[in-house]
Amino acid sequence: MSALASASGGLGDFFAHPFVQRALLAGTGIAAASGLVGFFVVLRGQVFSGDLLSHVAFTGALAALAYGVDARVGLFVATVGVGVGLGILGERGHAGDVVIGSVFTWVLGLGVLFVSIYTTSTAASDSTASVHVLFGSIFGLTAGQAVVAASIGVAVSLAVVAIARPLLFASLDASVAQARGVPVRLLGVGFLGLVGVCADEATQAVGALLLLGLIAAPAGAALRLTDRPWVAFWCSGALAVLAVWVGVAVSYLAPDIPPSFAIMATAAGCYAAAVVAGPRRRQAVRPRSPR
Amino acid sequence: MLADGFTWDLGSDLHQLFQFHFMVNAYRAGTVVAVVAGLIGWFLVLRRQSFVGHTLAIIAFPGASGAVLIGISAAWGYFGFCVAGALVIGAVRRGRPGEFSEESAVVGTVQAFALACGFLFVTLYHGLLEDVNTLLFGSFLGITDAQVRTLLAVGLGALIALAVIARPLRFASIDPDVAAARGVPVRVVSTVFLVVVALAVAETSQITGALLVFSLLVVPPATAQAITARPVLSAALAVAQALLATWVGLAISYFTDYPSGFTITTLAFAAYLLVHGARWMATGRHRLRLAR
Repeated sequence: MSALASASGGLGDFFAHPFVQRALLAGTGIAAASGLVGFFVVLRGQVFSGDLLSHVAFTGALAALAYGVDARVGLFVATVGVGVGLGILGERGHAGDVVIGSVFTWVLGLGVLFVSIYTTSTAASDSTASVHVLFGSIFGLTAGQAVVAASIGVAVSLAVVAIARPLLFASLDASVAQARGVPVRLLGVGFLGLVGVCADEATQAVGALLLLGLIAAPAGAALRLTDRPWVAFWCSGALAVLAVWVGVAVSYLAPDIPPSFAIMATAAGCYAAAVVAGPRRRQAVRPRSPR
Repeated sequence: MLADGFTWDLGSDLHQLFQFHFMVNAYRAGTVVAVVAGLIGWFLVLRRQSFVGHTLAIIAFPGASGAVLIGISAAWGYFGFCVAGALVIGAVRRGRPGEFSEESAVVGTVQAFALACGFLFVTLYHGLLEDVNTLLFGSFLGITDAQVRTLLAVGLGALIALAVIARPLRFASIDPDVAAARGVPVRVVSTVFLVVVALAVAETSQITGALLVFSLLVVPPATAQAITARPVLSAALAVAQALLATWVGLAISYFTDYPSGFTITTLAFAAYLLVHGARWMATGRHRLRLAR
């Protein structure tokens, strides 16, 4: 933030550029969704499910590109499908880390296959496509894409807010929630579907490999800063939006620094600051992770 | 690619495969890496630390791209960052005996940040963006004789260190409390093991890329341990599978246009699925017989 203040002269025509406007429009929607969803991902101990979804996002996007479909179609089909599937299967088999890791690796291997199909099938050997999917290209969004990304981000945020109360109950104490008539299983499946949508959104902003940071870091920081769940919930969303804004601004001022790195560095910096300066050393409320 | 194509005359296929020096080097490097990864991965799976391998591999990516950025060989970046990461993980573990409550959020953030740093280094390098794909997903092209020698020397060192700690390590892996009571220095052994794993990860990354190390380091040992419980036999099976996946994967990749990252992961994963499917069928039939 001090970088912002000291360099405010360079930020004079910051908002005048259409690519910055589009990045901020899309980035705000995406970040709000990631931060709010991320709060529950961290609270429910499902960060590794998010990791799997990010791998799937990469493969899905490149599969769509390889067969000439819009990358976002592939993203949505793949991540929402896997998210819901994970929610349905997750209750039964307690998959060990070897199983998850083997599936991860193979999914990524498939992604590599699609990269090579894509680069050989298109005449204009566009090898940067996989780099964009992996690491995002928030400055490369068209106006239409930015509006769609922002509206989907808003929709995801609204959906999370709508199910927030029962979901918090189910996350903190699943058996009591079930006894009180909360549809715990349905909520879990629906929530992982939302994480899937959120993963698609974040892939466009920071890329498939870094979206885990945008989901985990603001939520981790928020949970460090406060005990009160609703404060942490909104704080997580706000921190994610802040990370995207600071990241976009830093990358605008120093064009050598890619925006994905600046966004991730801000988010990770917030988390580190919260760990060092946060009022709490350990979390008081600690639900047992459902998976 | 460069080949005339695959025929059913296997002799001429082998001749074609090895007519270029880069393929000979790819096979030499692949063989060294498969043996090292199979043996060290066997202990990694036994100790259920496969995610440490994943984390170390992700740390390897900024290491390698940072080394390229400052103009030294990527191999040094791989080895340096992996070993440093292993020492940090070993030290952090010691500080916190209990389970840390938000470990997964920390791991996720650190991984994403490490990958972001790697991306920054690659961007600052202003090189070809193809390099990112090579670092992440591996490439068997352009391995030099010197690189093969480095891989061999580091691999031998790691295996010797593993041989020295193998017996106490196995004891400590199976029952740490009893091992500690019997005077085994569990902490030292597990930290040395982490460094050995770091060397193995750094070697494997150079063939499979940072994101696909699991395909040689974890999947073959996990498959082998599902086949048999006998330690020596399953370690041998793990090495055999890693070798087979590497050799056949490289050959398929040479004769077709498919990238080696895809062929090697798919072969390893297919063996894993096959063994687990067979086991599932066997127990299913057994249960059916019991039900009758």
